Amino acid sequence: MNILLATVIGFLYASGVYLMLRRSIVKLILGIGLLGNATNLLLFTIGDVARSTPPIIHEGEEALVGAYANPIPQALILTAIVIGMAMLAYAVVLIKQAYQITDSDDIDVMRTTDIETLAEDQSE
Amino acid sequence: MAGKAESQGNLYWLLSLLPAAAVIWLFLQISDVAQGKFPTLKLEWVPDLNTSLSFQIDGLSMLMSLLVLGIGALILVYASGYMDGHKKIGRFFAILIFFMLAMLGVVTANNIVLLFVFWELTSISSYLLIGFDHESPKSQKSAQQALFVTGSGGLCLLAGLILLGNMAGSWELSEILQNGEAIQASGLFPMASFLIILGAFTKSAQFPFHFWLPNAMAAPTPVSAYLHSATMVKAGVYILARFNPVLGDSLGWTWTLIIIGGFTAMLGGWMAWQQPDMKKIMAYTTISALGILVFLLGVGGKIATEAAILFLLVHSLYKGALFMIAGTVDHEAHTRDVNQLGRLGRLMPITFAAVIAATLSMAGIPPLLGFTGKELIYEATVESSLGATWLTVAAFVMNFFNVAAAGIILYRPFIEAPSDDFDSSHVHEGPWKLWLGPVVLGITAILSWIFIGGNFFSIEIFSPAVSAVYGKVVEIKLYALPPVFNIIPMLSILTIIAGFAFAFYHQKILSASKSLTGRVGNFGPEAGYFVFLDGMLELTRDFALTMQNGYLRRYLVYVFGTLLTLVLLPFILYGDWSHIQLVVQESPRINEVIISGIIVSAAFWVMKFTGRLSAIAALGVVGYGIALLFLYFDAPDLAMTQFSIETLTVIIFVLVLYRLPQYKTRTSSLGRYRDAVVAGFVGVVMFGLVLFVTSVPYSTHISEYYAASSYPLAKGRNIVNVILVDFRGIDTMVEISVLAVAGIGVLALLTKIPSKLDDQTLMSRSLIFRTASRYLVPIILLFSVFTLLRGHNDPGGGFIGGLLASSSFVLYIFAYSVEEAQDLLRVKPISLIGLGLVIAVGSALFAPVMGLGPFMKGIWGSYAIPAIGKLGTPLFFDIGVMLVVVGVVLTIIFALADEDENLHQPDGGSA
Repeated sequence: MNILLATVIGFLYASGVYLMLRRSIVKLILGIGLLGNATNLLLFTIGDVARSTPPIIHEGEEALVGAYANPIPQALILTAIVIGMAMLAYAVVLIKQAYQITDSDDIDVMRTTDIETLAEDQSE
Repeated sequence: MAGKAESQGNLYWLLSLLPAAAVIWLFLQISDVAQGKFPTLKLEWVPDLNTSLSFQIDGLSMLMSLLVLGIGALILVYASGYMDGHKKIGRFFAILIFFMLAMLGVVTANNIVLLFVFWELTSISSYLLIGFDHESPKSQKSAQQALFVTGSGGLCLLAGLILLGNMAGSWELSEILQNGEAIQASGLFPMASFLIILGAFTKSAQFPFHFWLPNAMAAPTPVSAYLHSATMVKAGVYILARFNPVLGDSLGWTWTLIIIGGFTAMLGGWMAWQQPDMKKIMAYTTISALGILVFLLGVGGKIATEAAILFLLVHSLYKGALFMIAGTVDHEAHTRDVNQLGRLGRLMPITFAAVIAATLSMAGIPPLLGFTGKELIYEATVESSLGATWLTVAAFVMNFFNVAAAGIILYRPFIEAPSDDFDSSHVHEGPWKLWLGPVVLGITAILSWIFIGGNFFSIEIFSPAVSAVYGKVVEIKLYALPPVFNIIPMLSILTIIAGFAFAFYHQKILSASKSLTGRVGNFGPEAGYFVFLDGMLELTRDFALTMQNGYLRRYLVYVFGTLLTLVLLPFILYGDWSHIQLVVQESPRINEVIISGIIVSAAFWVMKFTGRLSAIAALGVVGYGIALLFLYFDAPDLAMTQFSIETLTVIIFVLVLYRLPQYKTRTSSLGRYRDAVVAGFVGVVMFGLVLFVTSVPYSTHISEYYAASSYPLAKGRNIVNVILVDFRGIDTMVEISVLAVAGIGVLALLTKIPSKLDDQTLMSRSLIFRTASRYLVPIILLFSVFTLLRGHNDPGGGFIGGLLASSSFVLYIFAYSVEEAQDLLRVKPISLIGLGLVIAVGSALFAPVMGLGPFMKGIWGSYAIPAIGKLGTPLFFDIGVMLVVVGVVLTIIFALADEDENLHQPDGGSA
């Protein structure tokens, strides 16, 4: 089943990158979101995916027995998901402020920090 | 530059006692060294890299050390007078002494890496001293040039030394010198020779690298006297002399040194007489003298080696003295122009005496030491088997220019009448600090004929130095006057007459040749240096402008391009494609295929949708799909986290992105195809990467460790949660700190910036929704606490509990308003972040503070509380995590939603 997950991951990466290459800042953020999802799934998949049991020790036992899902990537991804959300939220607010200042959602307009250059660009 | 004559009170000259004491110590070692008992010192430095702090003083090192320290002591006295009153005199002395130690290291190092380190240190101190007057653009430029040239040479030298060390099988200099046969048999021998010669040539200012040395005269005169004539520029010659026993036997070596050295000597001499500035005359004669030394080492054989060593010594003595004198003249008369100066002899009698001794030695007047040196040069060429006639003619030309320059320095400023506009009324003898050095060096040159015939100099100092360069132990008797009168003394006399005659008519020759020589400086290697430098600057500027053009998309293409190259190259070069399996273990089930299909098509629609809300919704579908995949593959914690996060993400997106303008098509269809190709390429490579990695058996020993130790060590059954709050608890602590930073960052961004959002609102509130949420919120909150508490043994934990609790407040916002939700929470969400961090850190500190174990160690109570279970520090840590998560999420949501309401519902009421 790795080919199935590989396909999903590959497609998520491709669409994430494609969106990041757009000039609209909204699409840029959506692209980052897809890329984050793709990366979480990538970590999950290369950390040995198998249908077995969750990595939880049964009541009355001292250790995991039999087949179990690998807990390490799960622990890594769990925090990655939360931090990814926080980063996205920050990025979203950042572009919102950028839009209010530049009055444009076009990344090409935002390629300088110099307000005068910016004004020239817009007057063109 | 120079201070006032009144304030001669500084005591920096006392520093010269250090090198003077070292000179005395060296004298005590002389007889041991002469008998082959070399003082050594070896300390380990980096044994794995064959690098040791290894020093040895053989005959050559002894002679060089005496020069470095002896002249160094005189220079320190001189500098204390010359730099008197300068506000940075302390820095000057610090760098000068730093150089002295580095140079001493070069000539005594017995490990080639150490040798290189000291070599570079001399380049750096030279750079600092040339640029000492660092506010002058000329000094900056000259210092930079010297560093570029000698620094590039240093790299060549390093490469050559490493090759040599590998060939000899040892990095100790003394061992390398005994392994000549192994080195000469190696195929890399010519390459090593070539690189070492390059390094030596840059340092010793040989053509075509000579141009930095005249520019280095921008340094204060004590530096010119010490570094750029007496010692540092001899380091290249020292390297050539040092490796002469192993490298000197090849034709390439011989003829490179003869041709380049000879040409440099003649070029330097030719340039010297055209300079009006005393320092420049001396700079070019120094180049010339270095050329003669290289030339003599190329000629090789016993007599040429003797000539080289003696000339090296003689040159350091007289040139050091003459540079100091030039500085004294400048100091007193405020010019160094020989066309202006004149009759200084009467005004500065002590200096004049030193000038006479030094210039006569330079001109090679018998019985001064310089005469013996000149004799040996002629003897070496006349008796050489390499073409005596041509070599002798070359030697005559070099010597002629040398004598002429000596005559110019002696005659024109000190004896000849000055120019009409030169005011000599204020000129008088300098203070003792300024004339002591030249006088001592002058006396050495005069007295040398007394001790030169004696055994002490010839046998104890000179012969061991020659032996070290020649490679065989030899014993030499020097003579102060020629023993037989043959062609050699005749050549000497002829040189002196011709040279002095030239000096006598120098003024006329100079004015007659002005038109001819005026533009020489514009051609030659220095012009090439500037072309190279400008080209590099232009190249880097163009490169920076191409790479950093401000277009985010191009940066992304560079980043992904680099990533793909780094991922693909190893696969293409070393990858084994045969083991790739398309289906590892089990084949996909139908529900997995369907969910995957939904994810892929949702991702496609994220790209395709032209409405922002539908694109956000599609992104949400992708996230929920992934959550389902997590669930299918036994990751319940991940699934719960992903569900909550996806919900919050969609809400945040809707709150903000909906306020941004509608999509526009901005890129041409060609551009879109190009981007699609790039993106597709990334996707295909990641697809291949996953297949490749998953086809390799997974190493399970770490997960087995957690599976076995989770319960015994950490009392937890949910291993994912145990890893988060216990095994990798410190990671988690850093991660919640990152969360806190993100939350605070959002808050900071959203304060006090006037908004221009268009007039739309999302908040529509139905009665049913309100009523339902009134009951739902406490249930969700209770459930979130339950999730937190069960987290240690079952799916759940602080992250998930926090997300659930936050979503109950988000629900409340939608049902009522931000203000009511804030009232419900009672505290500000940002204080929850702080509280959470404090609880997390406190639980981690519990064990060390109570003396129960290291930071982060989990401590559990022994009694179970009904419905909660045992209390323990990991539980409190998880509570801290939960509070941080709630705080961050609500900080963000409140801030965004608040802004939304305030702007678009000015009356504050609800719909």
